Amino acid sequence: MTISVPIPSLGLTEDQRAARERIYAAPLAELDPGDPESFGAQQMYWKFERLRAEDPVHFTAAEHSEQGAYWSLTKWDDIMAADTDHETFSADAGITLHRPPAGPVESDINYEANALGGQLRSEDGQIVQRERQDGLIQSLLSMDPPQHEVHRGAVVDGVSPANLKAMEPLIRERAGAILDALPIGEEFDFVEHVSRDLTAMTLATLFDYPQEKRGKLTFWSDVMTAIPGPGAVVETEEERMLAIREFFEAFAGMFQQRASQEPRVDFVSLLAHSPHAQDFTFAELQGDGIVLLVGGNDTTRNTITGSVYALNKWPGEYAKLRANPALIPSMVSETIRWQTPLTHMMRVATKDTELGGKRIAKGDRVALWYVSGNRDEDKVENANEYVIDRKNPRQHLSFGFGIHRCLGNRLAELQLRIIWEEMLARFPEITVVGEPTFSHNNFIKGYDRMTVVIPRRNG
Amino acid sequence: MVKVTFVTQDGAAHEVEAEVGWKLMEVAVNESIPGIYGDCGGQAQCATCHVHVPPEWRPITGERNAAEQAMLANAYDVTEDSRLSCQIIVSEELDGVTVDVVDS
Ligand code: HEM
Ligand code: FES
Repeated sequence: MTISVPIPSLGLTEDQRAARERIYAAPLAELDPGDPESFGAQQMYWKFERLRAEDPVHFTAAEHSEQGAYWSLTKWDDIMAADTDHETFSADAGITLHRPPAGPVESDINYEANALGGQLRSEDGQIVQRERQDGLIQSLLSMDPPQHEVHRGAVVDGVSPANLKAMEPLIRERAGAILDALPIGEEFDFVEHVSRDLTAMTLATLFDYPQEKRGKLTFWSDVMTAIPGPGAVVETEEERMLAIREFFEAFAGMFQQRASQEPRVDFVSLLAHSPHAQDFTFAELQGDGIVLLVGGNDTTRNTITGSVYALNKWPGEYAKLRANPALIPSMVSETIRWQTPLTHMMRVATKDTELGGKRIAKGDRVALWYVSGNRDEDKVENANEYVIDRKNPRQHLSFGFGIHRCLGNRLAELQLRIIWEEMLARFPEITVVGEPTFSHNNFIKGYDRMTVVIPRRNG
Repeated sequence: MVKVTFVTQDGAAHEVEAEVGWKLMEVAVNESIPGIYGDCGGQAQCATCHVHVPPEWRPITGERNAAEQAMLANAYDVTEDSRLSCQIIVSEELDGVTVDVVDS
């Protein structure tokens, strides 16, 4: 089955219109915007569209959601307010909505199955355990101050402006080699052959991991965010746990090796040589490892794929870009807004509070839906449209704001800029064939596959 | 109108006219000064407007506020002189100031 992204200006198909009507006809209280189904089918936009208009700060009760009870923030200003108030909205409860199946997971590395951050939760999604303890995953992304600063500070030099300058020629050379190897006039999967490969190479550099084994890194990264099931990268929770364990073992090995070597600027060495290294718990290091692995991987991959997809959906914008490559940086920012590679961040209220006229109780989970805020017409003009030369393209929510703001945002932009400079130099056009396969995932918004054809090289 | 100068990473000095009441970040973005982006719209929540302000201007620019401090804790090339330029409001007294733009 192919599904198209709803683009109002391009009109909706019959199926889409029907799906949208169903969403508008459903009782508001039953609306579960985080349901992964609606992401796979690209129908979440209408849920958010309705919520922004009718119930911007929305509560989904446990009985209407497979992910436990949670609040949804759908308007730009509310998202911004929560993201920048880490005292009221803590990241310390795991930063994704996805709730793994209840029950302990067989593993002697004992951590919560929601590998991106953690707390123990009871069936109804309430946090029953808020103490930090060894064995619970805690990453820089899910830490609050003052710990957050120590961990972020340890790795920040890995993507410093100076380091990025040094990486630029490397990324350009790799981009060139990838593009020169592509077939002309023949269909291929753009995700596999371009987006995934370029970002995998960058990831291997960031970890100083052998390039020839880089597929392992992307496999582990995919596993971390996977919702196990038929056709997914792992089919069962057990399989997922095994793969995660394998990553932890590899990471621990690298850590020990780097600790015994001269300091360098890869993430593992930076952690190993941090002045606070001896205070880091095993669980914290594992958490940092996961975030550094996942953070820059599918986000950037999906933005690269998304840029080709969007420029095909809006051929007028593609024409503008071809005519004026100086628009690349603003096209990159616009793609990051339009794509919103991470749909949300999860927070937990540390005290009773009020937002948008709703009372949020201490302990409640709150999803900050960047994917909705980025389409908020009160903040972004023609928000559903993809416009590569809009006025303030950099003002989007996709990188978050406040102390957890994306550490790798410049690196993401750099990779996007380079691949587009190299693509424009080679190909007049990259044509999307049919519709891509959208990831069945409510956290990572992206593409599993996208068939394209390159009709010819530049004359 | 007062005159302010941004010295960018490449060493180039950009002298521009600034309107009183504007944020220094807004002046820079308006003039497309490289290295000042203002991604958060001036709310001290992105650190893409980082500048170094010479000590002699500090009585006029004031001190960092709490939000600014928290963002600078995670920024690059942070010194005593570091400020987020969205937290500095252009005033008559600021006429003639020169700040260094820091890459973010
Ligand atoms: C388009 C690509 C990317 C997007 C959309 C993205 C998005 C995000 C978001 C939304 C956050 C959390 C912000 C918040 O909680 O307020 C984040 C944090 C983070 N990102 Fe990215 N990211 C991208 C690329 C990268 C890259 C390339 C890296 C590589 C190093 C990276 C590393 C991180 C890290 C380490 C954090 C945690 C920062 C902290 O908690 O202090 N990201 N990113
Ligand atoms: S503009 Fe974002 S911190 Fe100044």
